[in-house]
Amino acid sequence: MKRREFVVIPMAALSVPLAQMLAAETPGLRLIPGRSREQLRVPLRFFTAAEAKIVTAACERILPADANGAGATDAAVTIYIDRQLAGPYGRDKYRYTKGPFGESGPEHGYQGAANPQQVYRAGLRTLTGFAELPVEEQIAKLTSIEKTQFFALLRAHTIEGMFCDPMHGGNANLVGWKLVGFPGPQMNYRDHVDAHHGRAWRPKPASLEQITGHKPTPWEDERE
Amino acid sequence: MSANSQATTLKAVDIAIVGGGWTGLTMANELTARTSLSVLVLERGAMPEATKYAYGMDEIDYSVRFKMMQNTAEETITHRHSARDGAQPMRQYGSFLPGTGVGGAGEHWAGLAYRFNPDQFTLRTHLVEKHGARLPRDLAVQDWGVTYNDLEPHYWRAEQMMGVGGKAGNLRGAIVPGGNPFEGPRQHEYPLPPLKRSYIAALVAQGAKELGLHAYPAPSALLSEAYKNPDGIARPACVYCGFCERFGCMIGAKAQPTNTLLPLVRRRPTFDLRTDAWVRRIRHKNGRVTGVEYTDHTGREFFQPATTVVLSTYTLNNVRLLYLSKIGVPHDPATGKGTLGKNLTHQVHGRTPVFFDKPLNLYMGNGALVTRIPDYDGSNLPPGADGVLRLGAISSLSRGDRPSAYFGTMPLGTTKSNWGAEWKAAAVTWYDRGAAVLFTGEHLAWRQNFMDLDPTYTDKFGDPLLRFTLDWTEHEFRQREVADKIARDIARVMNAKLDDTKPSRAKYSVVNYLSTHIQGGAVMGESRATSVVNRYLQHWDLPDLFVVGASAFPQNPSQNPTLTAVALATWAADALISKYLKAPGKLI
Repeated sequence: MKRREFVVIPMAALSVPLAQMLAAETPGLRLIPGRSREQLRVPLRFFTAAEAKIVTAACERILPADANGAGATDAAVTIYIDRQLAGPYGRDKYRYTKGPFGESGPEHGYQGAANPQQVYRAGLRTLTGFAELPVEEQIAKLTSIEKTQFFALLRAHTIEGMFCDPMHGGNANLVGWKLVGFPGPQMNYRDHVDAHHGRAWRPKPASLEQITGHKPTPWEDERE
Repeated sequence: MSANSQATTLKAVDIAIVGGGWTGLTMANELTARTSLSVLVLERGAMPEATKYAYGMDEIDYSVRFKMMQNTAEETITHRHSARDGAQPMRQYGSFLPGTGVGGAGEHWAGLAYRFNPDQFTLRTHLVEKHGARLPRDLAVQDWGVTYNDLEPHYWRAEQMMGVGGKAGNLRGAIVPGGNPFEGPRQHEYPLPPLKRSYIAALVAQGAKELGLHAYPAPSALLSEAYKNPDGIARPACVYCGFCERFGCMIGAKAQPTNTLLPLVRRRPTFDLRTDAWVRRIRHKNGRVTGVEYTDHTGREFFQPATTVVLSTYTLNNVRLLYLSKIGVPHDPATGKGTLGKNLTHQVHGRTPVFFDKPLNLYMGNGALVTRIPDYDGSNLPPGADGVLRLGAISSLSRGDRPSAYFGTMPLGTTKSNWGAEWKAAAVTWYDRGAAVLFTGEHLAWRQNFMDLDPTYTDKFGDPLLRFTLDWTEHEFRQREVADKIARDIARVMNAKLDDTKPSRAKYSVVNYLSTHIQGGAVMGESRATSVVNRYLQHWDLPDLFVVGASAFPQNPSQNPTLTAVALATWAADALISKYLKAPGKLI
């Protein structure tokens, strides 16, 4: 049996949906013994631990935590990406994958044969040792691969993982929604849509599960 | 599929309807209400759980990964810019988003329920009167063979069925303040009042007013108030949750085929609906259809005999099924001969970004919360519009901005990079302060833009994909430039900040979303030499085949197409029932 791989995330990024997910999949889940109570080991579905470390570092460069608020690591973006890649999207279940494969370009988009899993695997091989680099060198390294399909996916997925509903593993504790004042899928704007002109009106963010009282199944978890 | 010796032959029905979206269920509703014929709808997707749409208020699965859309792994299109180029497949969505399952794109549509203007139905005649011999030779626009007055009662029926909210601008010929004064005469005020106005909608309306333009609230099939339609179906008012287009409506405030038509047809004994029935051929012999061939998800093949066939899938599939079934003469852009696949149009979109120093609360809204400025719609051109035959509408849209798609909205050139600390800071600063003044232009038909079958790429069954040959012309570039100038004038009186975004002159791209308004390929018209179906949507060659939907539109008007597609369906159903069934044969 394949050895389980883990990613280490800040304890602060443990949201309720993530905790439920982990409890279901990880018997005996525990904090790392002998280390700070601030960290948590999360089982991975697709990445190796070494890959997850690189992804976490790279996503943090795309959306860093700073004076403006939370960053990609706080949101547990790596877990979002790991789950997306392990699911049907990562295997191209919904992309047309018959050949011949022509050139990619702005008018026809990505035309490659490689699925997102393969794009990440190959892309991460070019980032060996990335997590240990000083920040400035990390930025230079990512700048040098900006034009690649791997980076295009990494950037898009970082944003998605920052702002997704937490059922997908990212936006832990709704830090992404709090960052921008997005209230989540609320259903009661009838008295507000034509009010508050020019003034911020920011209901307290809530997840789909909190709002509906129903535990949603993200697409990546649906049985095929 | 032609070697269908293993196909199971099923019990014959009177009428087989291919596709269970707005137009298919409209036809089924008319036919089962007004005749005793057996009607079977064949839908290749599944039955959606419309009562559980609230559990799908999720940007990632529905807006980013397109959970309600057809699966491009199974079937897509290919595209090339001209007949000289090689085509490439659209491997993922996409410039348009066809829905799947019962209800089709009618489940995830935005709910804008426009009528078209009278001159749009007689566009060829109108332009010839105006420009005569100076019209471009490759301009392929045509008259529809049906007029606004023909369709007016059908529009009214569709508006009542959906519960459209709006404000009339022309009531039986009298201009009414607050509505669209350029619209065709309406016999009735809308069933419901307009939707509420968001802040940005109010700002754009105010800006337009200061410039002497006629902003009006767009007609909406998302209920502005609780409503019970003439069929007795009640639905609640919209709550402006902002999860609208690309989503099913969580409370049913949006008119969807599954909450308006399906409850009616389901209780009629002559109605039947079969999901997981992927129709791949219309079978015909000696000038008569004999039925349709379909395959289920396990690969089993069936032959469904039918006396009459209604083809009412999305534009692309209507055209592709005619090609695959060898019905009609393929269009040759070099000679202009052949009608099948011709007059492919999409929609001309423009976007002028505008920014404010105040928050806009853009997360609230719905797909039809549009303030529309109709003054330059059609042939009403502003000064300096040389080279433009038809323009379109300027508008604002408050659909509810969701963060994965919206984060990063900022004036062009604010940061060098589109990632990293500086970019994040700017994205947070500008979040909820950037919107756009939009342009929705008429996309005129050009002879070189058409659909046929791709010689290389195939679907999951091995059948050829549909191929688009489509590119923008100088006319569309000029439309966007003229519209951008008007949009900038409006932005200035709104005291909005503008950036240096230029109107796009890029080639047609299948990557970026424009709209799901694809028209043509099986166009209606006055003569078999120029159209695939007659004014009753009856095929010129096969009288027992009716081809319904936006595939019949000879060109794209700037307004959204759904209401017209539904009105045309009841118009066609009327002809089928009151003319064709009495004397089966060619209606013209």
